[in-house]
Amino acid sequence: MMREPLGKDEIIEFMDECLEVEFSFVKNEIPAEQITKLPRQQQDFILNLIKRVADTNIELAYQLACGSAHALNEMGKHMVEEWAMTAADHYDRKGLFPAMSIIRDLDNFIHTAHERAHGSLLEDEIGVLLPFLHGLSGRKLKLEASDTTFTDTETIFVPPVIAVFSDSKENFRLYKATVAHHWAQIQFGTFRTDLSQLPEDQLIKFCSLETVRLDACIRNELPGLHRQMQSLQNKFEQQETSGQYEEIINTLSSSNASVKTTLDLLDKVTYEKCPGSYIYQGTIDPVAVAATMSKRIEREKAFFRVALSDLAKDLTRAEENDESPEKSPPRFGIRKKDDAEHTLSNGMVQLEIDGGLVAPPQHIKELMSSIIVDFGDIPPEYLVAAGPGEYDLTVFDSSLNPNDVWKGTYHEEGAQIYNEWNYKRQHYHKDWCVLREIEVQPVYDSFVEDTLEKYSKLLKSLRNTFEYMRGEDKLLKKQPHGDDIDIDALVEAYADVKSGMEMTNQLFTKMHKEERNVAVIFMVDMSGSTKGWINRAERESLILLAEVLEVLQDRYAIYGFSGMTRKRCELFKIKAFDDEYDAEVKARISNIEPQDYTRMGVFIRHVIRHFSEVEASTKLLITLSDGKPDDYDTYRGEYGVEDTRQALFEARRDGIHSFCITIDEEARDYLPHMYGAANYTVIDNVASLPIKVSEIYRRLTT
Amino acid sequence: MKTKVLKPEEHYIKDEPYYQPIGEEIRVFDAAYKQQLPVLLKGPTGCGKTRFMEHMAWRLKRPLITVSCHDDLTASDLVGRFLITSGETIWVDGPLASAVRHGAICYLDEIVEARKDTTVVIHPLADDRRILPMEKVGELLEATPEFCLAISYNPGYQSVMKDLKQSTRQRFVALEFDYPGAELETEIIIKETGIDADTARQLVKFAHMTRDLKGSGLDEGASTRLLVHAAKLMHEDIDPVVACQTAIAQAITDDHDMLVAMNELSSSLF
Repeated sequence: MMREPLGKDEIIEFMDECLEVEFSFVKNEIPAEQITKLPRQQQDFILNLIKRVADTNIELAYQLACGSAHALNEMGKHMVEEWAMTAADHYDRKGLFPAMSIIRDLDNFIHTAHERAHGSLLEDEIGVLLPFLHGLSGRKLKLEASDTTFTDTETIFVPPVIAVFSDSKENFRLYKATVAHHWAQIQFGTFRTDLSQLPEDQLIKFCSLETVRLDACIRNELPGLHRQMQSLQNKFEQQETSGQYEEIINTLSSSNASVKTTLDLLDKVTYEKCPGSYIYQGTIDPVAVAATMSKRIEREKAFFRVALSDLAKDLTRAEENDESPEKSPPRFGIRKKDDAEHTLSNGMVQLEIDGGLVAPPQHIKELMSSIIVDFGDIPPEYLVAAGPGEYDLTVFDSSLNPNDVWKGTYHEEGAQIYNEWNYKRQHYHKDWCVLREIEVQPVYDSFVEDTLEKYSKLLKSLRNTFEYMRGEDKLLKKQPHGDDIDIDALVEAYADVKSGMEMTNQLFTKMHKEERNVAVIFMVDMSGSTKGWINRAERESLILLAEVLEVLQDRYAIYGFSGMTRKRCELFKIKAFDDEYDAEVKARISNIEPQDYTRMGVFIRHVIRHFSEVEASTKLLITLSDGKPDDYDTYRGEYGVEDTRQALFEARRDGIHSFCITIDEEARDYLPHMYGAANYTVIDNVASLPIKVSEIYRRLTT
Repeated sequence: MKTKVLKPEEHYIKDEPYYQPIGEEIRVFDAAYKQQLPVLLKGPTGCGKTRFMEHMAWRLKRPLITVSCHDDLTASDLVGRFLITSGETIWVDGPLASAVRHGAICYLDEIVEARKDTTVVIHPLADDRRILPMEKVGELLEATPEFCLAISYNPGYQSVMKDLKQSTRQRFVALEFDYPGAELETEIIIKETGIDADTARQLVKFAHMTRDLKGSGLDEGASTRLLVHAAKLMHEDIDPVVACQTAIAQAITDDHDMLVAMNELSSSLF
């Protein structure tokens, strides 16, 4: 049944409320006038969208309302929603002004949308391009989006969208060609000479000539790719290869051409005679290259020589045990296999010491291939193992200590970034929460002993109960196949035969081994509200749990969570899956201290990643909590509950069962909504938490 | 056409299986066999462990009994069990017992896949006692000098749950296998399939590309066996890119992006 369109007054009333007109003083008459003319279905759609965006920013929603009728005229509903959400996203990341410009510049958005529709997007293709690039061998390069196309020898920068051709497949091929070309620059030694002295016009010429040389290299190594690159180039613009260019091309394509050949040609070839630019060639940024290379060369030299010294130590230890204390550092040699000139595969250069070949471990092999890419060889000074104390490798360690982040100005470097669900917007805030994993410092006190003492009787009975749960052998009778004959079944079968019945074939016994295959993560609430009793009860519960889990031999990890605002979510590692339950883990449990707030969703999303690293038929996430998700900023009430619920959905999608144990007496109001009716337990008495938790775990996993 | 039916212990290998040694493995195996030492073969899947065993069985002129281990393999699957036929219970030897009885080579493939309690039955056979106790019939089988026990495992993909116990592994002479070097691998492909040297070389390059991806999206790179498969398809005039896709890429991963990437790599090469 068609519904009546809303009248102007009704629309104004709705919008006045959404846009809080008493405070914002926006004039709703103008947009309402336009919306009135739309059919009811479209009106509902627009008003809903305005409401969703109003939650982010009222001014933005007002602008959206003004442009919405026109936008619906220009594009489909799906695109209009995309338009509004892109604006909201821009508001999150860059602020009001860029967001407003998205809404106002509808034409540009439509243009970009068209481009994206038939173009190829890096974010869509990176899953293919990156393994493609890594498969091409050499150094493990990275791919990043950038407005200019170039490489700094560690990362290849390509445009976020390529829309040169009308067919998205062709555009993808252009990505591939661009990536391969820049890989070739690194692999075939474009940067083995200093380019920073070249003036601008020479650099342009160099870029073009070098492309001809690299194309020849690619033709030798990857003929299929070369054909594709040529056909792409021809579709875009036919390159002249005859006449005056022929000689240049022949010189550059010869098998012994190197970057020097290109440089030598620079002065001989005039600008006009240059073969022109190729669609995939991008630019060369000598400054970026020099900066990255000098850092890497220093780092790799140090790492390589230290690695060699370790290798030499291992080798001598294997041969003889007496170590003569003062010897000059051992010197390695390299042996080249034939045909090592132009080859893709690694391992063409072998390491030797004292005339004998050695098989280096994987990390040395990778270093070697990276060094060869830079120099075309391994320089002799690299082959001298580092003397003791010659290098301090920690200066090259760029990973930051998470504990130091807040000491200086804050930054997001090295942290993990997660989305967050905004239920009002019905959309994720992209890259919203900044999470760091921090280790709890072990404190060796008497807490663990005290707890074990206090619950010694309970623990004994718990251990007994859990012993039963352990994968026990079960003798199955009356099986068609098995290890032994089931005498009872056989006697019965004979009796059956005697009485004229058919003889059954189920005459064997079989040992059936039940193997538990459970991985469980315990997330412990470390918010400020757990201070005192609750915290103690949590720690006691963890000790008892860990004791019984050791009996069960289930794999388990324990993390504590807390934080303040979305920029500082901290997950405290107490025990990872691979850690032993040893004195250190116990000491960490005893140092679990109340911190700040509970922003649940982000932690669940992070834990999902941890789960993806283990293989188990049952994955279980158990949360110990004392209240609703709650944070210093907007993360409270419905918002927090809905985000947590969404994160739990994501967990379920990955096959993770979630369960919550809480001591919040009001939890019955919100937990069923978050976890589902059967997936939580409220414990009324904090003191009974340690006793209950193990019991609940037993119930959950049998 | 008639299918040959053989008892396992009669399975002699008549024609020389093609095997290209990488190192000293043939000599070491020969020596271990003479000295009655059991052998453990380590190496990634499809690098030639089983082919090596066939080759050695041919060389030593002994029947080869292969058991592919799985997680439901019990001790009685190896040793033997009672069966009931026409109102009688009769004892039937398992492959291990029959190998001991007939002086064959028993090859337990992927031993870690078997349950831990199963692997211990080979212990008395794998040390200097060389006996197989058959508790159910109350007998001890003493191995003749011709009998040989070999097991294999892939250190790459076993999970922590399925590690080979020290007490088991320390009874064996261990031979490590890996994919052969580029030239040797090319030669193997040519010998096995008869394709031309250029295609074989490109195929080996493709294998190296996939092996470089191990750890960044792939659990395993392409094995020599898969290369041979692809080459066989190419020999039947299948397009090289299609052959790489069906015989190699699809065989090592299900991940869509990875498949596309590998397709792009193979189409770059051919």
